[in-house]
Amino acid sequence: MSLISLRGLSVRYGAVTVLHDVTMEIAPGEIVTVVGPNGSGKTSLLRAIIGAVAPAKGRVVHKPGLRIGYVPQRLHIDPTLPMTVERFLRLPGGTPKGACAEALETAGVPDLARRQMSGLSGGQFQRVLLARALINRPDVILLDEATQGLDQPGSAAFYRRIEEVRRETGCAVLMISHELHVVMSASDRVICLNGHVCCEGTPEKVSSAPEYRALFGSGTGGALALYRHDHDHAHDGACDHGHGHDHGHGHDQTEAAE
Amino acid sequence: MLDDFMMRATLAGLGVACAAAPLGSFVVWRRMAYFGDATAHAAVLGVALSLALQISVFAGAMAVALVMALTVTLLTGRGYAMDTLLGVLAHSALAFGLVAVSFLSGIRIDLMAYLFGDILAVSRTDLAVIWGGAALVVGLIGWRWSGLLTATLNEDLAHASGIDPKREKLILTLALAITVAVAIKVVGVLLIAAMLIIPAAAARPLSRTPEGMALTAAVLGAVSAVAGLRAAYVFDTPAGPSIVCVAALCFALTSLTSSVWRSG
Repeated sequence: MSLISLRGLSVRYGAVTVLHDVTMEIAPGEIVTVVGPNGSGKTSLLRAIIGAVAPAKGRVVHKPGLRIGYVPQRLHIDPTLPMTVERFLRLPGGTPKGACAEALETAGVPDLARRQMSGLSGGQFQRVLLARALINRPDVILLDEATQGLDQPGSAAFYRRIEEVRRETGCAVLMISHELHVVMSASDRVICLNGHVCCEGTPEKVSSAPEYRALFGSGTGGALALYRHDHDHAHDGACDHGHGHDHGHGHDQTEAAE
Repeated sequence: MLDDFMMRATLAGLGVACAAAPLGSFVVWRRMAYFGDATAHAAVLGVALSLALQISVFAGAMAVALVMALTVTLLTGRGYAMDTLLGVLAHSALAFGLVAVSFLSGIRIDLMAYLFGDILAVSRTDLAVIWGGAALVVGLIGWRWSGLLTATLNEDLAHASGIDPKREKLILTLALAITVAVAIKVVGVLLIAAMLIIPAAAARPLSRTPEGMALTAAVLGAVSAVAGLRAAYVFDTPAGPSIVCVAALCFALTSLTSSVWRSG
């Protein structure tokens, strides 16, 4: 039986329909990636699955007793709220201390338990979020652009970790990502979303589908565009700690503007 | 023991400090400071209504505070910013309250007692109400602590853990209304928000966990209540404001200490 199944799901915010007639299934142990342009309803899809937004039509069915680990797109912790990593992991409660250490280990950041959340770097923070999602031994992890703000090596390492976690724990993964090349290599299945499911299937199948090309460009032209896009990301991430690598002129201009 | 008015006042102050500490921490974390203020101001209308209808001031103040808090919660996100909405509702409620009081010509009421509190006139019944209310608030927040904390951190995270953030918000709103009603006698409607926010804010630099912050806030609130009353006795100053002054000094002290600590 599938862990999560969406049947003809529509989501509306006021008069705006962001998702319509989405039908999909998540099977145990598979990595499914949702790609789609901005405003295509990717985040709304995850929010509908966790129950943060009620479907306007259709149904979201969970396997009975389904445990979900959720890594939100962005988590702002108010500076007035003191919070150690360990305390954060134990929310909403009932988690023994041993499980915290184990989850941090699995997420690849074993030594952070006593640190304040506000003192973590971007990469550490995302991994602590992952650790929290893992702590209750979930059947499925939902990741909403979990590598936002990480540089390219950082996000590549993060996704490798996800694959390892899947191998170790056997949980399914449903993730949203902008980093298409990582997505393509790591996923069992890709769903291309633009208000509805444009196309879905194996990464190879989707990347050659006309619907996908219409959204993300085609052939080498598309790949090149993606490459440039990724380079921009690496640049954003490197800003904070000096500039170790060579940037093109375009980037220098951006820097001057910053 | 309860025959001494200073003893009753101290116990009343301690009760309010206990209830205000955990609730005030949430008010600080969720940036609801102005929300607390608005709810308190609305309570003046509650006082006027309960005097007119000859019901308990506690019940009247609590009912109006609750209605006010619920109205704000419901109206948020419908075209007006939260602070505008609070400004409109809080000050209208205060104004209507003051006007309503003026109609009550039959009874001479000392409005100042409700605006600034009259902790030295706390009776045994008041004390029972204050401690009952405080126990209710602490129990309510303690019972829902994890859920409240998760919902405060991130609403989607709460949903994913099977917690409904709306319900948690409602619980905080209810706790706030009870605290306002309970604290009127002690510090008055104008200074209730101070008892909520200042001890919690003063506790922030000393805390590493949310629980630590709530406990430290309770201690600082209790110290403020005791020291403030003592100061009021010695210097013959108004009691409620004296308590708030001591709390403010605590805040200044912990903020200074932590900034010296960091730079040193």
